[in-house]
Amino acid sequence: MNSKSMKKYGPVFLLPTMVAFTIGFIAPFLLGIYLSFCEFTTVTDAKFVGLKNYIRFWNDPSDVFVHSLWFTTLFTIVSVIVINVIGFAVALALTKKIKGTNVFRTVFFMPNLIGGLVLGYIWQLLLNGILYQFQRNLKYDEIYGFVGLLILMCWQQIGYMMIIYISGIQNIPGELIEAAKIDGASPRQILKNVTIPMVMPSITICTFLTLTNSFKLFDQNLALTDGDPSKMSEMLALNIYNTFYGRNGWEGVGQAKAVIFFIMVAAIALIQNYLTRSKEVQQ
Amino acid sequence: MNARKAKHGWLWTTVFSVISLLWVFPIVLVIVNSFKKKVYISKRPFAIPTDKMFVGWENYINGIKKTQMINAFGCSLFITVFSVAAIILFCSMTAWYITRVKSKTTTTIYYLCLFSMIVPFQMVMYTLSKIANMLHLGNPVGIIIVYLGFGAGLSVFMFTGFCKSIPLEIEEAAMIDGCNPLQTFFQVVLPIMKPTCITVTILQAMWIWNDYLLPSLVLDQKKWKTIPMAIQYLKGGYGSVDMGAMMGCLVIAIIPIIIFYIACQKYIIEGVVAGAVKG
Amino acid sequence: MRNYKKYLAAAMSAAMVAGLAVVPAQAEEATGKVYYLNFKPEQAEQWEELAAAYTEETGVDVQVVTAASGTYESTLKSEMAKSEAPTMFQVNGPIGLATWKDYCYDLKDSELYSYLKSDDFALKGDNDEVYGIAYVIETYGIIYNKALLADYCALDDAVIADASEITSFDTLKAVADDIQARKDELGVEGAFTSAGMDSSSDWRFKTHLANLPIYYEYQADGIGSTDAIKGTYLDNYKAIWDLYITDATCEPTMIAGMTGEDASAEFALGEAVFYQNGTWAYGDIAGNDVADEDLGMLPIYIGAEGEENQGLCTGSENYWCVNAKASEADIQATLDFMAWVVSSDTGRASLANDMGFTTPFSTFTEEYQAANPLLDAANEYIDAGKTSVAWCFTTMPSEEWKNGVGSALLEYAQGTGEWDGVVTAFVDGWAAEVAATAE
Repeated sequence: MNSKSMKKYGPVFLLPTMVAFTIGFIAPFLLGIYLSFCEFTTVTDAKFVGLKNYIRFWNDPSDVFVHSLWFTTLFTIVSVIVINVIGFAVALALTKKIKGTNVFRTVFFMPNLIGGLVLGYIWQLLLNGILYQFQRNLKYDEIYGFVGLLILMCWQQIGYMMIIYISGIQNIPGELIEAAKIDGASPRQILKNVTIPMVMPSITICTFLTLTNSFKLFDQNLALTDGDPSKMSEMLALNIYNTFYGRNGWEGVGQAKAVIFFIMVAAIALIQNYLTRSKEVQQ
Repeated sequence: MNARKAKHGWLWTTVFSVISLLWVFPIVLVIVNSFKKKVYISKRPFAIPTDKMFVGWENYINGIKKTQMINAFGCSLFITVFSVAAIILFCSMTAWYITRVKSKTTTTIYYLCLFSMIVPFQMVMYTLSKIANMLHLGNPVGIIIVYLGFGAGLSVFMFTGFCKSIPLEIEEAAMIDGCNPLQTFFQVVLPIMKPTCITVTILQAMWIWNDYLLPSLVLDQKKWKTIPMAIQYLKGGYGSVDMGAMMGCLVIAIIPIIIFYIACQKYIIEGVVAGAVKG
Repeated sequence: MRNYKKYLAAAMSAAMVAGLAVVPAQAEEATGKVYYLNFKPEQAEQWEELAAAYTEETGVDVQVVTAASGTYESTLKSEMAKSEAPTMFQVNGPIGLATWKDYCYDLKDSELYSYLKSDDFALKGDNDEVYGIAYVIETYGIIYNKALLADYCALDDAVIADASEITSFDTLKAVADDIQARKDELGVEGAFTSAGMDSSSDWRFKTHLANLPIYYEYQADGIGSTDAIKGTYLDNYKAIWDLYITDATCEPTMIAGMTGEDASAEFALGEAVFYQNGTWAYGDIAGNDVADEDLGMLPIYIGAEGEENQGLCTGSENYWCVNAKASEADIQATLDFMAWVVSSDTGRASLANDMGFTTPFSTFTEEYQAANPLLDAANEYIDAGKTSVAWCFTTMPSEEWKNGVGSALLEYAQGTGEWDGVVTAFVDGWAAEVAATAE
């Protein structure tokens, strides 16, 4: 290829994306890192204060960051397990030859397309309606919010994960299972020794997706409980948002929390990436 | 695999039929309640609206009036269509260029895009909204640039993955025929990339259409609202929540998505699988 | 044709660059614009209509945005940081003014100020600057349904024979308890409406009800504000809160999700006798099962000494300010708009009749008095020589403090927390928030 003419056209190909990328990502990211060490109310009056923002909220009684961290972590663990186990089970069932699989797939996948806020309000109506029979309400205790969010996330994500698992299962060569059957393996053994190892890539993908989705959850949290009662069901993303926009003089703290949040999300992603690579090597 | 025949096929069908009904129940519930008088919604959500509970289209009319839903719909549509178009066009160009021309700059761009994928929105939320405001991007045209910028990471990454698999010979042939790189790209490369374009379109459209936080921080709220913003405004902007109008708006927000989904189901599901496997 | 895609791409990039360039150019228009960040969601629609009417009459662009309940401060903060910041906003009193003083245009020479009846309704700076002007005077207390209360008085062994006998907390409690016990006989769901703690309703308790213990403490100590509240009257606060949650239309476990609309619907449909709220609530009650002549108001008695002379709580937490950092043209447009609102026929009719405001402006002559039975009830107390309770809640240190008290009240009511939690949030929280905001 004529690399000289390619070079000449470089700006045409790169510039639009890079200008937008700078505005939409690079500049805000760098500015964000800097501001996390500053005290400010508008970007122009920032004053460097060192690590103060990173220390200030850990022991503040009115700040629930630490609680949010635990709540989010626990929620992430539970939702990853529940969603993936059910999603996988449904995928297994729907790859068998039963009537109506296409309709079921369509139905199960549908909630995934609906936005988080709308989902939150739909489930608020339904769950509050049920709880009303018991003289309770979603905002009564954090456990209601926790379970409510879990149900909501299952409804939204199971169909998505199911689709990925189905494509994983369908990619298993039929001969492999046939061979196992001829060797006299029971269905359980086939599942354990053939199916699961073969869909391992799908399992990693799904785990990663549910992990980040749950950890970064915002819209659903805002709509379903808005952190009530007493911010006890406030997850990390919402906590950061409320620190930025809900408290005068705490913008720097909000940015510091955002940096911590970013480091945690990045760590999850890197660990995931490492695990995926090492699995693939083994195969 | 396909030879495996399920035992008790009818039993499974029944079980899944029941589950499917349960699955659509929340949506049906919202539709039912959208025809119910607002004072009855929170206390009797499971009752069928009859006689004095039934209000016809009143909730829809109220909801549309309070949220200016029609405008919001147009706004969401405009932003989604043009942002996705911009993302497809510019990110595919960038991706092709950085796969074909290896230099320090292109490698840096690639790794920056990769890096941006793991950064959560909260990290840049505040500064992005400030920068967008300073550059006067708080309108439906300006926000396209913001979406292009924040969505570039994933899109460039996916397009690059595909570009690597395109055989060089085809492009070289086009170049020899006298095409400049732009012509080569639009006449040869872009048509080959169509499957990836569809995948990226679906993923980005789902994100942008449903996104609440970014537009609520970037857009000038008093002039423009997207559908999620309109719904959230209904929640707080009028002091007390008008549950009737809320139900009406929820239905208006859901129905177009479901119709679109049923129409393009095949592409959506394929796109999601492809996107997940590569992302 | 071969190159059309190229041109398309070039055109799109050009359009985007142009988009960047054109938008800021538009911002510098010669004629001013008005952007009003409204505090009162109850009147959101009326303000939008009034703004449209003004635009139609004068051609000046007026935008009204209403902040959600309990989020005015944070909305104001984020809007003020934008390039198109509100030109007209409001502060809630001295505490709000302290935060926003730099943004307040001196209204001393404005037409609006010339209409103000008394300087009591202006927020003044150290050098006599006029930073804020109150535009509505409001009163709150316990709204009650006269017909239902009369039905109760007619029952055998009723605690009282007439509503006028309720002049202390003890009588109020005795009546409420008795109504609650005989609710089926009376055909009501409870004595009080639900004490909803949803954000659309929780301010009735964490702010308005909390005003009473603060007011009495200030009275006892002879002060008007403090950096450290002592909580002398917190036992009284507990007593009235207990009354609200036990003698109510719903179980205390339900109140977390009950909204302001729930409470007003219960009262409007005659399901409850008492409803703590203010004159602004008339619009939500009117036109339902309760007739206008059946609307009465009682002071909120909490069992403090000398409360037989206590009147209703009257004051303002709504002071209009003009953004001093807006452009000259926008400031002028805003001043014109404000003057128009309080002096034109359309503006006066909207404020008095549609919004039901009592205003402190001389332009509101006889024919522009709000037809609001709750205001009449409020005036009766003033005529009877009762002492109005001042709005001390404008001295509460921050939104965060109110939220802390609100959460503690809710947890105590549900049984998931102790009353000590409220005391801590009230007393320690006050000092902590004063310190935090002073930083």
